[in-house]
Amino acid sequence: MSSLAMGMAGGNPRRRTMVTPEGIAVPITVASRGARVGALILDFIFLYVGMTIVTLLLVWMFGGLMDELTEDTRETMSGAAEFLMIIYIGMFFLARYGYFLAFELGPRGATPGKRITGIRVASRDAGRLTAEAVIARNLLRDIELFMPLVFLLVAPSGEAGNAGLAGLAWFLLFMAFPFFNKDAMRAGDVIAGTWVVEAPKAKLAETLSTQGAARGASDLTGARYQFGDEELSVYGEHELQTLERVLRDGNAEALAAVHETICRKIGWNPGAGDERAFLEAYYAQLRARLEGGMRFGRRKRDKFS
Amino acid sequence: MRSPILSSWFGRGEVAAPPDVESAVLRSDRFRLEREGDWARLEHIVKRMESGRLRGISDEDLLALPILYRTAASSLSVARETSLDLATLTYLEALVQRAWFQVYGPRQGLTRWLSGFLFGGWSRAVRAIWLDICVALFVMLTGTVVGWLLVEQDKEWYYRLVPTQFADARVPGASREQLLETLGTEEGANGLSVFAAYLFSNNAGVAILAFALGFAFGIPSLLLLVHNMAVLGAMLWLFAGQGLEWEFAAWLSVHGTTELFAILLAGAAGLHIGRSMAFPGDRSILTAASESGRRAAMVMAGVVLMLVFAGFLEAFARQLVGGTADRFLIGGTMLALWLAYFFAYRRPAQGDES
Repeated sequence: MSSLAMGMAGGNPRRRTMVTPEGIAVPITVASRGARVGALILDFIFLYVGMTIVTLLLVWMFGGLMDELTEDTRETMSGAAEFLMIIYIGMFFLARYGYFLAFELGPRGATPGKRITGIRVASRDAGRLTAEAVIARNLLRDIELFMPLVFLLVAPSGEAGNAGLAGLAWFLLFMAFPFFNKDAMRAGDVIAGTWVVEAPKAKLAETLSTQGAARGASDLTGARYQFGDEELSVYGEHELQTLERVLRDGNAEALAAVHETICRKIGWNPGAGDERAFLEAYYAQLRARLEGGMRFGRRKRDKFS
Repeated sequence: MRSPILSSWFGRGEVAAPPDVESAVLRSDRFRLEREGDWARLEHIVKRMESGRLRGISDEDLLALPILYRTAASSLSVARETSLDLATLTYLEALVQRAWFQVYGPRQGLTRWLSGFLFGGWSRAVRAIWLDICVALFVMLTGTVVGWLLVEQDKEWYYRLVPTQFADARVPGASREQLLETLGTEEGANGLSVFAAYLFSNNAGVAILAFALGFAFGIPSLLLLVHNMAVLGAMLWLFAGQGLEWEFAAWLSVHGTTELFAILLAGAAGLHIGRSMAFPGDRSILTAASESGRRAAMVMAGVVLMLVFAGFLEAFARQLVGGTADRFLIGGTMLALWLAYFFAYRRPAQGDES
């Protein structure tokens, strides 16, 4: 079921094509490194804030016991304080390993930080994202991030000698790892066979051909724009989709500019005031023409072809 | 089946009714308007699944999901050949991708994964890396011998090998009584559970490190194993010098059979990754790394579990049970249990696991 096809699909260097088991090529965008760093920082903030809140809450609820924990040795510790301590150690362990694991195993395949930056974890071979893969990529996080950070934290005390420098080199090595492969994989991704991709969120926009002058007359002036074969043949798919974007954005200045360009190109006299209707009509007719060509296997990429 | 049922899917009327199909001038827009209802339904289901509210999805919708997904996927292929509407294409691409993540997502659930893991998956993964386990075992034994020999040659090595936290009374030149005392038991169970939790957290760190270092072709994993075992060898030498080797072995075996086994597995898992990256065979390095990485991760999940056991054994059983024979009994039983679980307990793989 694993069908893999990766290729650069022109333009955006982060675009890849992934072939689903059904044989449909779905474009997928590798998450930018900036988004991933952002997600990581956000996750750390969440973890840190969460742990601080829990600690404060514990202090507030069991203040007396907490004093006992800090002052007493383990021989004189009471049962309740002991229990609290266990909970605390267990919680830190879970926060360190469980947070990323639990969220990435969820249906969104993303930690809260990743969700906010709009990215998610996916399996590189277009198959299922398995629990093992998520475990593997998160265990590796330990040497990529936590280990060197610990080195760096103890470095200022001078106890560990050159460990700080070693930690820094280590840290930089793994941080640089995503920059040396085109899919921006970190070491954990390599081991787990995963990558981090953008999680698309697209809303279905209105159909353009059902509104306004695309259907016939302009609402404003009642004029009907009809274009001949020659006038429509100057543009291709690329221009059509640019025009679509302009129409959907609805920016008056852009509409006027595009209107003028098209008029000049097809040799019409650019008027003013009814640009939108003109463009809607032109869009609908150009698209009808190009799509008609498509059905016969003729495609016109852009105005140059 | 379009409009009457449709209204119920959009509970709060969040989507306006699409324009009449007949009003579309273009054929490709008519194609889109005819199918828009299905796409919207799919998007609705996918959104629900993404937010984890599986309960809110009716059985009918859940059954329809694969069909809707395939419909959307085929709509996308058709649209690519017939439509130039960028908005529709982008939307469909995003929708198919999102639906694909849900249809082929980690839909196993943690509990099902866990039961598959405990009943067969874990021991299967351990057996799959048997060669690495043998290598790691050999390296660990070598490490112990090396530790012993080094200290025997020059006592200074003891201070270099053994971390200061262990070198309280356990230093060369200590009397038999002092050494025996470190092998003794505690009066009560007070404070021991904290000790257990601390030990677990600490050991799990070492094990995960041994695994993760396998990334560098497994060499650092082996070095870590050698170093840890050299410490053991050095201490063994110290105790043997006072004729306490059996007492020491018994003291260690209570939790050591579990803990050292776990560290052995962790090192073997790391080595497994390193080995498959160094010698990927006819696979690409990336494929080899990810295949072995997933297998090793399975082993590692179990290692963490073993270390929980080891932590409790170390803190309670070892500190409370005093007799040499009793300690050997506990340690031996644990070892036998683990061996039986990993190598005798064979359960055929489930169909859906690849």
